[in-house]
Amino acid sequence: MSTPAEVPAGLPAAPEFTEPPAQWHRLHVRMLIVRPLNEGIAMLVPILVLLFTGNGEKWRLIASGATVAVILVVSYLIWRTTRYRITDEQVELHTGLLTRKQLAVPRDRIRTVDLTSKPGHRVFGLSAVRIGTGQQDVPGTDGLTLDAVTQEEAERLRVLLLQKQVAPRPAGAEPTGEAPEEPALPESEVISRLDLKWLKFAPLSLSGLVAIGALFGVLSNYADDLGLHPVQDLWEWLFENPSFTLLGVFAVGLVVAGLVLSVPLYLVQFWNYRLTREPDGTLRVQRGLLTTRSVSVEEQRLRGVDIQEPLLVRAGKGAKAVAVTTGLGAKGESNLLLPPAPLSVAHQVARDVLEVEDDPTTLELRKHPFAALRRSMFRHVVPWVVIAVGLAVWAPSWAWPIPAAIIPFAALAGWDNYRSLGNALDDRYLVTRNNSLVRSTVALQRTGIIGWRIRRSFFQRRSGLMTIGATTAAGAGIYHVTDVGESDGLALADEAVPDLLRPFLVDE
Amino acid sequence: MSPKSVLLWTMQAAVFWLVLFVPQLIVFLLVDEPPTWELALLVATLVIGLVHTAVEPSWRYRVHRWETTPDAVYTLSGWLSQEWRVAPVSRIQTVDTKRGPFQQLLGLSTVTVTTASAAGPVEIEGLDQEVARRLVEELTSTTQATPGDAT
Repeated sequence: MSTPAEVPAGLPAAPEFTEPPAQWHRLHVRMLIVRPLNEGIAMLVPILVLLFTGNGEKWRLIASGATVAVILVVSYLIWRTTRYRITDEQVELHTGLLTRKQLAVPRDRIRTVDLTSKPGHRVFGLSAVRIGTGQQDVPGTDGLTLDAVTQEEAERLRVLLLQKQVAPRPAGAEPTGEAPEEPALPESEVISRLDLKWLKFAPLSLSGLVAIGALFGVLSNYADDLGLHPVQDLWEWLFENPSFTLLGVFAVGLVVAGLVLSVPLYLVQFWNYRLTREPDGTLRVQRGLLTTRSVSVEEQRLRGVDIQEPLLVRAGKGAKAVAVTTGLGAKGESNLLLPPAPLSVAHQVARDVLEVEDDPTTLELRKHPFAALRRSMFRHVVPWVVIAVGLAVWAPSWAWPIPAAIIPFAALAGWDNYRSLGNALDDRYLVTRNNSLVRSTVALQRTGIIGWRIRRSFFQRRSGLMTIGATTAAGAGIYHVTDVGESDGLALADEAVPDLLRPFLVDE
Repeated sequence: MSPKSVLLWTMQAAVFWLVLFVPQLIVFLLVDEPPTWELALLVATLVIGLVHTAVEPSWRYRVHRWETTPDAVYTLSGWLSQEWRVAPVSRIQTVDTKRGPFQQLLGLSTVTVTTASAAGPVEIEGLDQEVARRLVEELTSTTQATPGDAT
């Protein structure tokens, strides 16, 4: 048995722990069926492959039976060994058979609550609850997740765990799950909901192509298990009978399939999308057709908004909005505020979410110096030139025109990247814009900036530029103002967070 | 910075280049008729390694600065690329000291100051152990005096 593992770093020493009379709960018993279902779907293909590829040898039957049995036993053990309780101070989770894990999250550190129901969960009316703290996500860890409780219990937990400004309940008043005893809350305010017109952005977001890629990856994996190598065979065949028409047909087919597929995908992900401001001071995003998600973010912890415009979506005057906040994992776009939608809607969402008059990302951005254009062009074009030259010298003669043909596009990307660069400051937000492929305009609360990282590479020093990184506890952890002029940049940083940089500027 | 950090960086650079150079040398000596590109690579490694080991540490020493005020910790580091890092004392989460093998040999320490941002640790390299100890004490006491959870 160890001490609580998931306490965020830098806490003052915890007060002496007194045992409150809160009850231990188990995960819902229906998980005995749901977990095998969810895991079983993932294992279904391997099991079928195992069963039907041989000539019905006995070991294949035994192996499949054993796999199913292991899944069942593991599910039972997980259920049996997992307990949670919610005391006045913290949420505790005990889990694990061989390695006992005890997680405890102080309740006043809870920043987000994420409810996810996969199809298996939904059939049985269950929902997984993930509780996020201010700690930055360690990749590979899941935070504190209760997988799963009934949907009513999940709903109760969401409301309970995020209402900390409310006076603490007297000890022992924790509801035990029978009677819903929450006082009737005022209606939540809807900021945005799905409009079917947004579907036109689905093909532009290329999600269909990504999905085809993923599907392809999974399928070829299974094919490999079966001893087939379709990709390799196809390549070899193509090399023997090179045919541009065939390649063209293949490419067009892929694009069309991607476009067609993207629409149902958009619906699956964002069906019933609603962004609401709840009366308990949280923002809540609900969405999903098969797997439903509800992500609640404590408004006080919101440090800004990131308006992202992937190239094609931008061409269609669209954007999506992402929250800059602490306590959300990077997994599964849990920080999404708005799916690809018209830019005006994105600005409206940003405005309402931040509760400001005008969305700070619509501010007129200051351009960066001409030297930044030079650097941007250089970085985008030179690698392709090097590749082309290298191929021209060492590869067969058909190879080098390919990178050479890319050079004009790279130059365009470099130019567009420069056009994207910009920064602005208003009385509450630092705004910075970066990148071309996924242009991202971030409005970061100036009070959320907890330090600076100012970088000047050798070439930047020669052209009088610098890249200013504002570090923050939220979102990506750092947001850059790229290739800004030296004096402008320092003035910006100094103005954004007064008195932090000043003492050190004098001696520069 | 302690002047000894020049020695530290020299040792680190030397070890890095030796690790690259020695295996190449062994292969070169063992293979019967080594191709010319192998010789070229070997010589290039040697020359670049020597120049780097000779130039980088003193250059770095001229660049590196650190400073603490009651409000902030500040470092400047690098040589070709240079980077300033500033963290307000009020946002400090942890203060760590670490000593690598070379640093122990030379009696040096690195003090790492982390904030709630995953991107924000401020590292002060090459401090005399006594200076590092005092710095850590000072930072810890001011940090503890600051209310709030520093996010």
